[in-house]
Amino acid sequence: MDINVRVNGKTYTRDVEPRLLLVDFIRDHLAMTGTNIGCDTTQCGACTIHLDGKAVKSCTVLAVQADGSEVTTIEGIGKPSALHPMQAAFQDNHGLQCGYCTPGMIMAAIKLVEERGEMNDDEVRHGLEGNLCRCTGYENIVKSVQAAANDMGVAHSPFEADPAAHHETLREAEARAAARSHE
Amino acid sequence: MTVPTTPDTQTAPASAEQRVNAGIGRSVLRPDGIPKVKGNFAYVSDLQAEGMLHGATARSPFAHARLVSIDLTPALAMNGVKAVIVQDDVPGTAMYGLEHRDQPVLCDGTARYWGEPVAVVAAEDPETAKHAAAAIVMEWEELDTLDDPEEADAIDSVFRRVKVRRGDQDAHGEVVIEGYYEVGTQDQAPLGPEAGLALPDGEGGVDLYGTSQWVHADHEQIVAALGLQPDQIRCHPAGIGGAFGAREDMNLHIHCCLLALVTGRPVKMVYDRAESFAGHVHRHPARMWYRHEANRDGTLVRVQAKLLLDGGAYMSTTGAVIGNATYFAVGPYKVDSVAIDGVGAKTNNPPCGAMRGFGAVQSCFGHETQMDRLAAELAMDPMVLRRLNALQQGDPMSTTGQIITDSLPTVDVMDALVAMPLPDDTDSDNPLHLPGGTGLTTSRSHVRRGVGYGVSIKNIAFSEGFDDYAEARVVLTSVGAEVHTAAIEVGQGLVTVCAQIARSALGLEHVAVVFDDTSSIGSAGSTSASRQTQLTGNAVLEAARRVREMALERIGGDDLTDAGVWRNGELIMSLDALYDAGPIEFTARYRHPATFEADENGQGTLHAGFAIAAHRAVVEVDPELGLIRVVRIDTAQDVGRVLNPQSVIGQIEGGILQGVGLAYMEELVIQKGKILNASFTDYLLPTFLDAPDVEAILIEEPGEWGPFGAKGVGEPPTISSTPAVAAAIRDAVGKPLNRVPILPEHIVGV
Ligand code: FES
Ligand code: FES
Repeated sequence: MDINVRVNGKTYTRDVEPRLLLVDFIRDHLAMTGTNIGCDTTQCGACTIHLDGKAVKSCTVLAVQADGSEVTTIEGIGKPSALHPMQAAFQDNHGLQCGYCTPGMIMAAIKLVEERGEMNDDEVRHGLEGNLCRCTGYENIVKSVQAAANDMGVAHSPFEADPAAHHETLREAEARAAARSHE
Repeated sequence: MTVPTTPDTQTAPASAEQRVNAGIGRSVLRPDGIPKVKGNFAYVSDLQAEGMLHGATARSPFAHARLVSIDLTPALAMNGVKAVIVQDDVPGTAMYGLEHRDQPVLCDGTARYWGEPVAVVAAEDPETAKHAAAAIVMEWEELDTLDDPEEADAIDSVFRRVKVRRGDQDAHGEVVIEGYYEVGTQDQAPLGPEAGLALPDGEGGVDLYGTSQWVHADHEQIVAALGLQPDQIRCHPAGIGGAFGAREDMNLHIHCCLLALVTGRPVKMVYDRAESFAGHVHRHPARMWYRHEANRDGTLVRVQAKLLLDGGAYMSTTGAVIGNATYFAVGPYKVDSVAIDGVGAKTNNPPCGAMRGFGAVQSCFGHETQMDRLAAELAMDPMVLRRLNALQQGDPMSTTGQIITDSLPTVDVMDALVAMPLPDDTDSDNPLHLPGGTGLTTSRSHVRRGVGYGVSIKNIAFSEGFDDYAEARVVLTSVGAEVHTAAIEVGQGLVTVCAQIARSALGLEHVAVVFDDTSSIGSAGSTSASRQTQLTGNAVLEAARRVREMALERIGGDDLTDAGVWRNGELIMSLDALYDAGPIEFTARYRHPATFEADENGQGTLHAGFAIAAHRAVVEVDPELGLIRVVRIDTAQDVGRVLNPQSVIGQIEGGILQGVGLAYMEELVIQKGKILNASFTDYLLPTFLDAPDVEAILIEEPGEWGPFGAKGVGEPPTISSTPAVAAAIRDAVGKPLNRVPILPEHIVGV
């Protein structure tokens, strides 16, 4: 099947098998290896990319589903001359060790911060729960994301300002639980 | 962000060590952090080569079976398949193994564990390779599966027995505590799976880029297995996505090399997660019987134990692991009468080998649970009992009798931990703060809080007479210096600390670390046993000091900076000119203080150094549902001297979470030798929400021989965090819970 996918601002037309995963398309067909594969079962988040503005695990998406879509991978983050604030924050706050989870963490965290702004510890943890790290114990990743949120200059957290923040979290949690029981 | 800067070139302060900005003691940032955050750090799985083939493995579906026949023709007939190899095709000894070469490169006619590699395929693309491997027809005759380590022990199917007898064997205390404990099989689960790329050199040799913790050990085994000359194989350090012990043994390495030699083309192999679980060794599961005797005042009188660790089908490092479990079976406590028997069983279970903590993890769960039960029996505070019996510098090790000359701030570590404030009780009903999390299954009123402690001791570096050394080279360049090493950076931060040590010793800021292959530099030893900062660190320190001396001697200078050589405060030669005048480099090989094999009673100087850690866990449990949340872990750790504070804390936080995982989540479920949960869906790793708050105090009492007094810090966090969490859960629910991981059913009691 022919697909057209815009990746990091450039359009690629490729003939792919319908069962090809988006992550394999990115890594093997486009030779962009920044996006890692940790589990192949949608557990670890190492393969997280942005698909039409949403953070998704690219081992869960078929390449053909991305036909006509806009994809951003870790290679599309930051500029050659300057790191994105999230990248800089991971480096400055020791938010990585082996770094294998890092591209996926950064992609997930950028979207989280864009949506939520500055967050407390719980909110970061809840928001990134789908990304595993085996090295760091997560603490420095939380610090990195909080530092980046500050640097990204996104408006303050809706939760921080909203007195009903706590209930918001609860409702979200309930929705999650409900979604899980339907899986 | 810390950026190395060139110091003021007008004045040259006296002490090189104090002057450098990015030297020891600072939280210098990782040089590989930038490529890692940009996604252009090359992990082995990312490597490509022109004309590369892809490998795949056919594995045994049985834990113990005879291979009656194998038909490769369906695989060979497939379009794109370039080679299929079985054991008979392997030249050389066709055997490998880290301690003892007892494992065939491919199945030798009998499969001894589930998932044992039987044949490997090279094909034009990964899909074809996988299909071809699956198309191989294997006929098996199933044999009896020996999956019970107790049975293995009874019929003497063992890799090693270790015996310790020390002191009066008839000594008895007034109080006796007996217990039986189990530790389940933990997996290292590094996030980056196994990978390798082998490039044939066209002259019968190969360059291998593989996931490794010790390229020289790989090299030695590959050369023997394939019957090649040492200079025909070059193992290159490469990008690794975590290790934790899983990469100390080889798996796909020889397969890749052989396929590359046979096809004459580069061959790449990458395991997926399921194959990774089958493809690397695990932490040994343990069964342990303990008997502690003490006097009413709390003084330990006698400790007896039998430790049975299941090594699985092939030896890997089982010999050293059961040694460690046995020699550290008492923990950091003084006792004069000791009898420990350790057994490393040989079964048809998946092979077990190195994982962070290496044997000390298993026995720590046993001895710490015993100490808690003894304290309860004596109505003593558990930490008061531990402190009363604390082993200290100058004491003989309770097991081996070795007089401890390394620093051993056991009491300081314990006191620091106990002095840390406990977290306040909370009435938060936020599901993120409740056991079970956003499942919303419990409420605050159902939750009970518990507090528990664990203290551990472990050896640093290799023991029992192993000739343990590390080589490193420092080379002066026109802009600074390079450190050359074959030590493996697995994420722990060796690349940072080596540069820091070199900077401080040289007085230069511009220092880069270069990872050399096995043909370019001598062995750095393994990235394991918390040893690299001490071993490679010392080699770098020595080489850097000599290079500085040589640079100064060459033109009679008295100081060296990034500007050049100085005399009496005046720059007399630039680095550039110095470099042009001829190379200056020094290769140092560092050996730690000698260790020796034990006598028949397990006595002797077996270990080169020791480190202590202590953990306090605060947990919350819903006893009705068996749900657990670890609220917080406080820790104090004996680190000798901190070379990079942020790196040390990173090791502590990451290591603790692996210990927490073992306490209540992580276990490979193995039935009749078969792993039933070989995926991240079913093998649960701690997530962001499972990670407790961690507060750490670093106890700096310089070690005997580490660079600047530093001690290895990687393993201690993982060792006593597990018993601390288990003790806290017991405290919350009031049940004995003698097995980790503690699962909901153990708490609920079904
Ligand atoms: S590789 Fe996609 S979630 Fe793990
Ligand atoms: S840094 Fe290694 S997995 Fe996160």
